[in-house]
Amino acid sequence: MKAFTKHTGLVAPLDRSNVDTDMIIPKQFLKSIKRTGFGPNLFDELRYMDGGEPGKDNSQRPLNPDFVLNQPRYQGASVLLARANFGCGSSREHAPWALEDFGFRAIIAPSFADIFYNNCFKNGLLPLVLEEKEVDELFKSVEAVEGYSVTVDLESQTVSTPEGKTYSFEVDEFRKHCLLNGLDDIGVTLEDADSIHAYEARRRQEAPWLFPAE
Amino acid sequence: MSGKTLYDKLWDSHVVTDRPDGSSLIYIDRHMLHEVTSPQAFEGLRIAGRKPWRIDANLATVDHNVPTTGRESGVEGIEDPISRTQVQTLDQNCNEFGIVEYGMNDKRQGIVHVIGPEQGATLPGMTVVCGDSHTSTHGAFGALAHGIGTSEVEHVLASQCLVQKKSKNMLIQVDGELKPGITGKDVMLAIIGTIGTAGGTGYAIEYAGSAIRSLSMEARMTICNMSIEAGARAGMVAVDDKTIDYVKGRPMAPKGEMWDQAVEAWRDLTSDPDAAFDKVVHLDAADIEPQVSWGTSPEMVTNIGGRVPNPANESDPIKREGMERALKYMGLKADTPMTDIKLDRVFIGSCTNARIEDLRQAAAIVEGHKVAPTLKQAMVVPGSGMVKAQAEQEGLDKVFLEAGFEWREPGCSMCLGMNPDQLGEGEHCASTSNRNFEGRQGFGGRTHLVNPAMAAAAAINGHFVDISDFYSKAG
Repeated sequence: MKAFTKHTGLVAPLDRSNVDTDMIIPKQFLKSIKRTGFGPNLFDELRYMDGGEPGKDNSQRPLNPDFVLNQPRYQGASVLLARANFGCGSSREHAPWALEDFGFRAIIAPSFADIFYNNCFKNGLLPLVLEEKEVDELFKSVEAVEGYSVTVDLESQTVSTPEGKTYSFEVDEFRKHCLLNGLDDIGVTLEDADSIHAYEARRRQEAPWLFPAE
Repeated sequence: MSGKTLYDKLWDSHVVTDRPDGSSLIYIDRHMLHEVTSPQAFEGLRIAGRKPWRIDANLATVDHNVPTTGRESGVEGIEDPISRTQVQTLDQNCNEFGIVEYGMNDKRQGIVHVIGPEQGATLPGMTVVCGDSHTSTHGAFGALAHGIGTSEVEHVLASQCLVQKKSKNMLIQVDGELKPGITGKDVMLAIIGTIGTAGGTGYAIEYAGSAIRSLSMEARMTICNMSIEAGARAGMVAVDDKTIDYVKGRPMAPKGEMWDQAVEAWRDLTSDPDAAFDKVVHLDAADIEPQVSWGTSPEMVTNIGGRVPNPANESDPIKREGMERALKYMGLKADTPMTDIKLDRVFIGSCTNARIEDLRQAAAIVEGHKVAPTLKQAMVVPGSGMVKAQAEQEGLDKVFLEAGFEWREPGCSMCLGMNPDQLGEGEHCASTSNRNFEGRQGFGGRTHLVNPAMAAAAAINGHFVDISDFYSKAG
């Protein structure tokens, strides 16, 4: 996994709440058996005027000029500013894959849906929660100032703005550790293999019906 | 010290180790797999040179992508080459790693969340995970069940564990008597309408109260299924006689002495009377009417006797804007009576509502009637091959077919339209599924979430109708 330490990037504002993972990456693109290549279809139904299909040449499709990621001033954005309950709905990890593949490294929102939030950390993408009023302030600044960039620092758990403001965010220690170091958490878990075996032996005594006959 | 909630008990019995950073390694008893969220996980195992930790804990099936017609020619006959590859990839992966899979033409094939309970692969007291957010369904058995992403699918395959932080406890207490014809679906939509789609975020929800106790296991599954639509990864119901009766005799359920031992342990899977919850929500069962969603989020729901709400009456600007956007997408005007909404298609199916009781409820309404000529399509997609066989044995297929419904092969079908079963742009659908998101059932499609009997009645009338009369006459 790609590590995340500190990132400075252009902010794109997506001003709607309850953005679901169906919206982030529609179902027809979930037929892929790969982890990569979802970026061109990120927010497909919002981004293009026609219906997308796997294999369709996206460069030939009509773009929706009103959609934020199509606007010239947000080209190259790598920080997504979003509203409450971002990533709700389906557990599809294709959603963070698509965001990451498109070029996003961090998402700022007042709240995230649980499964999506968890999935982001597995993919070098940092979802960070700021207070509603802080997010409001950022929306105002981003819309007012073209080329508005922020610096997200995972080590110090802060977001710094060009005006010199600093916002702090919370993050679980384990997630932070894995993301900072780009760790494969399966490897970390398997270091506890003895504990897993011990649990299984104990559990087999308590609840033998959960295990095949020896 | 206060007692333990059901969730506390399930959590405590699955902790492998607590880590200094506050996370825990949690053991997973049952891992269900399907074709959409597993290929990258198997690929990850191969790349890292890892093997599944415990093969017998896994059970796989194909459901999201499979066609619901023309199965005679098998997997080779799947027209969409990308879907075919994904289905074949699961077959190959299960073969390679020795995992039991109910393939497309196995009679036990079906939607993962239907077949788990049906086969007794889901048992009380288990932790159950699957790369699918509706895994919360299995919580109806007094199990801790939730959806996971593909990285976690790989993690469970490799280690039989997940790294988790404990959620908070929420109790949703529904007391009193439900009106005739009010189903688990209506109860759950009413709950989501009350607490909102983020109301359960960060919580594990326990559904309790006399109304929940009065519901069948299948209705409880419908409720737990949509916990994720309330923002909670996991929802659960305590074990009682209904739970145990449902599990008894299932193919994968324990037998003989082991059964008695298991039942004794399962009896403890209830919240202690003095257990403390972080949040408690009360609903009065008698207040719950048949529900219909009007918007593009499951919280945008109202009673069948209600009207499409008017955004002008909403004071919160973000909510108002969301409502306006939803009405535009749905092509609905504020204040329209719900019963005036004309429908193009009707879909009875999905992991929420495709079990035998759902089909019986729908068939009871359909019997002796015809699908309205204004409808383009009305379809019934049973949740599994076993549900289909049972329905056919009861003659329900004939009731549907004679009325003009299509009777399909099992799968997720139009709930998410990964297969050819999709809505056209602008079409309104009465759907027994779980999500009315933009584009969910097809590009530009407009979904209205309802219970199976409501969907059936809507198919006959071409628009939504209040079915309360049907039940009050039936007494």
